[in-house]
Amino acid sequence: MDTKNVSIESLQNIVGEENVREARAEDAVEGVEPSFVVEPGSIEEISEVMKLAHEEGLAVAPRGGGTKTYLGNPPRELDLILSTVRMNEIIEYVPGDQIVRVQAGIKISDLQEKLGESSQMLAIDPPEDEATIGGVVATNASGPRRYSYGTVRDLIIGVRIVLSDGTIAKAGSKVVKNVAGYDLSKLFTGSLGTLGVIAEANFRLHPIRDVSRTVVAEIEGGPEEVYAAVSAVVRTQAEPTAIELRYDEDEKLVSVLVESIEGGIDAKVETISYVLGSHGEIRDPQDGDQLGVGLPDVEEDDALLKVSAPPADLAAVLDSVLGAAERRGLNHPKITGHAGTGVTFVGLSGGDVGAKDEVIDELREIWSRHGGSVVLLGATAELKEKAGVWGPPRDDMGLMGRVKDKFDNRGIMNPGRFVGGI
Amino acid sequence: MERSRLISSMQDILGEEGVIHEHEQLRTYECDGLMEYRVIPDLVVLPESAEQVQNVVKLCYEEGIPFVARGSGTGLSGGALPVKSGLLIVMSRMKKVLEVDIPNRRVVVEPGVINVWVSQAVADEGYYYAPDPASQIVSSIGGNLSENSGGVHCLKYGFTTNHVMEVEVVLPDGSVAHLGGGKAPDAPGYDLLGAFVGAEGTLGIATKVVLNIARAPESVRTLLAGFDDTEGAGGAVSGIIGEGIVPAAIEMMDSLTMEAVEAAVHPGLPEDAGATLVIELDGPEAEVESQFERVLKICEDNGATELRVAEDDEERALFWKARKAAFGAMGRISNDYYVQDSVVPRTELSSVLHKINELSEHYGLRVANVFHAGDGNLHPLVLYDNAAEGEADKAHDLAGDIVMACLEAGGSLTGEHGIGLDKKKYMPKMFTDEDMETMQLLRCAFDPHQIANPGKIFPTPRLCGERPGPFKMHPLQKAGIVENF
Repeated sequence: MDTKNVSIESLQNIVGEENVREARAEDAVEGVEPSFVVEPGSIEEISEVMKLAHEEGLAVAPRGGGTKTYLGNPPRELDLILSTVRMNEIIEYVPGDQIVRVQAGIKISDLQEKLGESSQMLAIDPPEDEATIGGVVATNASGPRRYSYGTVRDLIIGVRIVLSDGTIAKAGSKVVKNVAGYDLSKLFTGSLGTLGVIAEANFRLHPIRDVSRTVVAEIEGGPEEVYAAVSAVVRTQAEPTAIELRYDEDEKLVSVLVESIEGGIDAKVETISYVLGSHGEIRDPQDGDQLGVGLPDVEEDDALLKVSAPPADLAAVLDSVLGAAERRGLNHPKITGHAGTGVTFVGLSGGDVGAKDEVIDELREIWSRHGGSVVLLGATAELKEKAGVWGPPRDDMGLMGRVKDKFDNRGIMNPGRFVGGI
Repeated sequence: MERSRLISSMQDILGEEGVIHEHEQLRTYECDGLMEYRVIPDLVVLPESAEQVQNVVKLCYEEGIPFVARGSGTGLSGGALPVKSGLLIVMSRMKKVLEVDIPNRRVVVEPGVINVWVSQAVADEGYYYAPDPASQIVSSIGGNLSENSGGVHCLKYGFTTNHVMEVEVVLPDGSVAHLGGGKAPDAPGYDLLGAFVGAEGTLGIATKVVLNIARAPESVRTLLAGFDDTEGAGGAVSGIIGEGIVPAAIEMMDSLTMEAVEAAVHPGLPEDAGATLVIELDGPEAEVESQFERVLKICEDNGATELRVAEDDEERALFWKARKAAFGAMGRISNDYYVQDSVVPRTELSSVLHKINELSEHYGLRVANVFHAGDGNLHPLVLYDNAAEGEADKAHDLAGDIVMACLEAGGSLTGEHGIGLDKKKYMPKMFTDEDMETMQLLRCAFDPHQIANPGKIFPTPRLCGERPGPFKMHPLQKAGIVENF
């Protein structure tokens, strides 16, 4: 089979016969089927594949664990899936320096297991175990620990990337502190494969704390009470690791992860329990991280939204979501969130596509006025098409377009998937 | 554009008091904190609003006039050095704290605001701004974000880039964009904010900055620990980190630095010690107390000769004054000094310090070491006498060899001072041509005419729209407008 001007043989010549195959139905990205799946084994092979793609104008989608391929608009075109699964090595790990250099295809769970042997971790905890580091960086995946450790941008210290024309380049270094040259590591973080292929990444690491406990409060009341509880925790000096929210029709839970050493944990748990106690019923503190999965459970026809807003607007976010859904006759939304950071996830079910679209529209109208955003993480093709995934462009859209053009002058990297259709 | 016409156009935008054009006054701005390099700018302008900045930059864009933005001018890499026949845009009159938002942990400021003012603005509420470069009582937020400044507490709390949540930027074509989400997280799109912070003024001028503030810790414990030599002190650092303790700060001073600091500040540093650590822990009280006991034990196990715990805030402030005064104190023991800012992996500290000693002996020049031991960011101070013939050159050669030793150990050219003009010649030692060309793709997207702080960071500017290839002279260079490309 040929696609455009490329034969399977020309790809096999680069990566070896067994590392190219014709794409199958499950390789489709949001309904768009590629021709081939290529699995390079080195950064040099990625570079050769990209040179070929650049010459022939093949559209390329980099893929790691494939756990977030649902994110973004459907690609405008797609010829090759460039899979990093074979590039799963730890290149360098020096526990004494608290840094690690890895190939993009390593699974985050495998990496954490290895780091755990030295009581260290990469402080990024997205819900998907099968995610690769490359995917985590490209989608800027995060989890509860972002409250205290930040997101990928705060932990990544270097990258090696392959541009659309095959250029291999690095930025950053393997030391924690470095300001030499532009910080392309951050530029590529969350770029959704539209600027180039992330082949390697370097991170700063953190020690795993000796003991952890989870304090859960059942909040009595609605959005105001939930925010009051969260804000009381934020105001303490107990340095909680994470504050998670689950807001369902019959249960409103604020769960706080507390970590310390043996001599410090009790005082922290006591402080957190005390401040939460005036807002609801405290369950018995549980040992370990019992926060659970951060995303609401959604069915196939449901929509999953990520609402970003100023953290102090949590009550207003909840009110706006509940109100908008109710007025359109949708079911009571399933809501979770990284409370205290301004990230709230909303599962919308019931009602038709038009009703969901109206809800999204209304939320965007409100939250973009406050500097926030509403991203449609998961939805049917019809709803994605109607509502748009990323929301209205901001005043930096023109600049983003110019950055895209400079890094990917033929527009072959994941075309059309990201903001403003870049 | 003729100079007289340029002056009157700028006066139209900024008023007469906003434009400096007399030679003697211009000389005030001929250098930043790195005084070896001096260039007198053609004009200095002092805008008071984003709109004025925008109009100034628009004019520069239309007329092809290069410009350099400057905050307080404390930078140590020549990043704010003016360009000949160019404009220096001094941001110090834009110094308002615009908004304090405690519930969202944000402060909105103009770029000329001094670093320490931010903490002062929120101290009563129990908050502070974490990045604390030693220059924090004079350096501006705009300068901090251009350099991605660090400080003694960045080991635990991160650098400027981790605390800047949004910037309003006047781009080099005079348009305005907001990078980052401000109070809301995860703005969809590329992290242009992450690229802008630390770009040393080459991508545009920040006119408004949204900063993250942190809750003040419940408890702070600070310790001075004297050791016979830097090896012992280094062993203690490794021991602390190895136990999974993340101190708020660990700083090291060697005996030469201590001598200078003692003479200048009289902090009562451990006598006869070959190296001193300043160690600070902060956080919830029970946790800090428990960890502090372990830290004391680790210091003892590594042969600490003296341990002095700060009894109160006043003594704690004295310890930090000693550390932060280190550069300035060098005047007590040497006529001149030259400071480097290289970084090494922490596990290489001891071997690199050994190498620095060898180099110091080889060149016959003293090197004082004061550095952020927790993150491996060295500040070797090469001491020399400018009046002695050839000594300044020798000092620069020695500093260059130190940089190379750090790179060979897997480190970086600069941890917080920036590349600027001073270190761009070393960039090819750390990065390939492809690396630097790729970085400059970003430059071309922001500043295709390369009028924003030209001649900094990159030894060879990439001409936008051209394929990479053999070096060609930049039009600005051909015209003699820009030196030191």
